[in-house]
Amino acid sequence: MTTVNEPYVLNIGPQHPSTHGVFRLRVVMDGEVIRDLDMIVGYLHRSMEKLAEERTYTQNIPFTDRADYLAAMSNNLGVCLAVERLAGVEVPERASYLRVIFAELQRIASHAMANGTLVSDAGAWQTPLLYMFREREKILDLFEMTCGARLTTNYMRIGGVAFDPPPEFWSALQELLDEMPTRIDEYASLVVDSEIFLARTRNVGVISAADAINGSLVGPALRGSGVPWDLRKAEPYCVYDRMNFEVPVGRHGDVYDRFMVRLEETRQSVEIIKQAVAQIPDGPHKTDIPLALRPPPGEVYGRVEGPRGELGFYVVSDGTPAPYRFHIRAPSLINLSLLREMAVGVSLPDAVVALGSLDIVVGDIDR
Amino acid sequence: MPAGPHQLDGHRIAARLGAALPGVVMRATDEWVEVAPERVQEALRWLRDAEEFDAAQLSNLTAVDRHTHFEVVYHLQSLDLNQQVVVKAIVADHEAPSLPSAYPVYKGALLQEREVYDLMGIRFADHPDMRRLFLWEGFPGHPLRKDFLGIGHGQTSGLQRFPNEDLADRDRMMNAGNLTSQEMPREAGGSMASGGH
Repeated sequence: MTTVNEPYVLNIGPQHPSTHGVFRLRVVMDGEVIRDLDMIVGYLHRSMEKLAEERTYTQNIPFTDRADYLAAMSNNLGVCLAVERLAGVEVPERASYLRVIFAELQRIASHAMANGTLVSDAGAWQTPLLYMFREREKILDLFEMTCGARLTTNYMRIGGVAFDPPPEFWSALQELLDEMPTRIDEYASLVVDSEIFLARTRNVGVISAADAINGSLVGPALRGSGVPWDLRKAEPYCVYDRMNFEVPVGRHGDVYDRFMVRLEETRQSVEIIKQAVAQIPDGPHKTDIPLALRPPPGEVYGRVEGPRGELGFYVVSDGTPAPYRFHIRAPSLINLSLLREMAVGVSLPDAVVALGSLDIVVGDIDR
Repeated sequence: MPAGPHQLDGHRIAARLGAALPGVVMRATDEWVEVAPERVQEALRWLRDAEEFDAAQLSNLTAVDRHTHFEVVYHLQSLDLNQQVVVKAIVADHEAPSLPSAYPVYKGALLQEREVYDLMGIRFADHPDMRRLFLWEGFPGHPLRKDFLGIGHGQTSGLQRFPNEDLADRDRMMNAGNLTSQEMPREAGGSMASGGH
């Protein structure tokens, strides 16, 4: 008896199988093996870069919340640092510390989401995800306490931050910092020793260091392949040069390594916040800037190490209150550069896990 | 200055690049080096492989519409030497712009060039998959171009676009000495845009 295998086309999405957002994959399958892959994005395209050209610099900060909606603080920070460098605005020291605290809290929350959904992609339906959501919830409460919003924070301002956290913030933060290390161990014990998880993630979605660099991968996707590149070390902004922390890297560049890099980064973030809380000085939390800030004509490429890696803002000023060009270098989009090469030739479930390990946020891809 | 903390002086890059590939450098400033558009691939490859620059990663690729021409900007990064190289190429043809692709040198250009094509309309020759990225095939025009909304030549989109606004009046209001963004007197009630009631 002979059977004929004909390739067939399978549409995955526009709903991502594990709620990453509206993202569509069109794969050509041969049995269970992927022969070709095409990604279709743009369902969340809101033309932020065009809208930015009609708004003042400060008015653009809330847009960045909605770009990477799981890391609004990091996006706020990136755009503020870029515009501050362009306009020569000084930031008070207390504001820089607050920025570090909130950016690192955001990193913990974002990595919890990334690792939770990755484990969920690998088949551990919802339980680990919800464990990770427990601590994320506490972080969002801290955000709410400070700026009134949980996701779209709009907290950073050009020249500082919008509000000084209320007194009860500091005790709640301390409580979180005290329990975080045990909680991280708990996540690890739930997942890392599980034979099923290891089978699903080890040697899956392998990216070599050379490919990762050439393919413009950044963040945990790059560090998972063993490249110790972290902008907080390479180009310290705010007060990261005063913080003592490690840059965890993987060895094999597989899904497991990217998961572990994120988990370890969470521990490092806790350490950074502890140091920042110990060092933070009193003082003003913002400088006043003109309402219609007019940076001198010129351009700047400001970048921060967001949870997904290098988050860049290329801003061109022509001396008017609105940017002439406002480009967001979105790590989620550019980390997908190697997706096709990763997916072709592997089975469909492995490709889903590999995609999950890149930690995409569709708002960041489409902008 | 706006230059990044580890950004190399464009003059220095231009001197070395120009010596290795004569005629490739068009212009250099403190911040960037402009290369001949038809030789951009060659220049990027040289910068990637030159030990002195080691521009291993294309961290950002984007374009700017300057009304009469386009400027394509490449932010290159050396991870080992921790230094940044900024390269620009001018695409003179505003009607049917095209430029050699960076994809043969950097795979990371794959989606970034598609984005530039989608939103700015610059075609990249040798790109393996030159399709729109966000918008659908058949979408009229390329929205990040300055003339996309029918704005006349020589005019800039941006805040000046609102025709009924008295610019001088608004600027005076916005720049008034003690008015700052975070401490707008609320009782002055909405005087910002309309010139006061």
